[in-house]
Amino acid sequence: MAKFEIKDQAIAGTLESSDLQITIDQNNGKGIEIDLQSSVEFQFGKRIREVITETLSNLEITDAKVSVVDQGALDCTIIARTIAVVHRASGVTENIDWEALESWNV
Amino acid sequence: MERLRRTMMFLPASNPGMLRDANLYGADSIMFDLEDSVSLKEKDSSRFLVYQAVKTFDYGDTEIIVRINDLAQGGRDDIHAMVRAGIDVIRLPKTESAEDVHAVEAVILEAETQCGREIGSTKIFTAIEGPLGVLNAYSIATSSQRIIGMAIGAEDYVTSMKTRRYPERASEEIFFARSMIVHAARAAGIAAVDTVFSDVNDPETLERETEFIKQLGFDGKSVINPRQIPIVNKVFRPSDKEIKNAMDVIAAINEAEARGSGVIALNGKMIDKPIVERAERVLMLARAAGIDVDGKGK
Repeated sequence: MAKFEIKDQAIAGTLESSDLQITIDQNNGKGIEIDLQSSVEFQFGKRIREVITETLSNLEITDAKVSVVDQGALDCTIIARTIAVVHRASGVTENIDWEALESWNV
Repeated sequence: MERLRRTMMFLPASNPGMLRDANLYGADSIMFDLEDSVSLKEKDSSRFLVYQAVKTFDYGDTEIIVRINDLAQGGRDDIHAMVRAGIDVIRLPKTESAEDVHAVEAVILEAETQCGREIGSTKIFTAIEGPLGVLNAYSIATSSQRIIGMAIGAEDYVTSMKTRRYPERASEEIFFARSMIVHAARAAGIAAVDTVFSDVNDPETLERETEFIKQLGFDGKSVINPRQIPIVNKVFRPSDKEIKNAMDVIAAINEAEARGSGVIALNGKMIDKPIVERAERVLMLARAAGIDVDGKGK
């Protein structure tokens, strides 16, 4: 059984410059769907989607509806916000399994 | 060699742009704050943000410190995240006793053991923010081999003391606390860092306050805005006369060593250990101020 289960809609991040706001919700059996708004979508949209998809995959999330407003976030911020939103949607906000995170997050 | 800590800049851990640019402002130490400057509902998210930032960015020579939350309010997760991310220094929130340090130290040891990090490599910075902490300052400063410094946080302290900050006067209300902390730190052989000056639009009072805490013996001051850094650094810049004297002292030592002489004199005066230590610190401060004391510009 996967460690994380998207139980409720959750949101993480802000609309500040250099940040990214990410909302996640259930998407039963329909895979990962990402709706992205970014002022740099033409240059970096593909990369932003890749980072989110990889992070969700590392967290063993196979189905999720994801909505993203990017304000020029770097990869590390995208990863951090994605990890946070998955934890929140799964109801896990303390006693984090850092060892599991570190196993793929090097 | 001793590290300079003229400025320790607070940055909220919830802001990705500030985490990215942290070492561009020129502070000697940066303190990412997971505690007071992060709202309760953003603690989890900010922890992940700092964890990723520390793993990703090269902060160069800038010392990076993370202020954690109380152990009962997320501090345990903070420690595990930061030790795994490879942070060098963890700053405790309000420290009241040696037991507070021991409790945090136990979690750090647990985290280092779990992730295979060298035991003892994570250092601790303590923060005195209440009258009990002031009275226990020396026992706190000596409570762990990991401790490298002690700071005073005046806002909580003056509230506990039923007073307020009076920076427009001489800040008599925190004179005892400052004196206790700088004594405890010096007796323990660790750094002492003064409290923040919260009015970023009053550089004159900041400068006056920095001159005062420098005179008391503090290593430096906490700052909350990049604009405060050059003001504090200017106060800690040695005078030309101090630099000339320090260079003469070091030259006299080198000359005596070359002669194989154990007796060192300068202008007819004996040079002893405290004079050498002072000279070395003056030269460190001069180098940090961009002054060519090593003749590299020639």
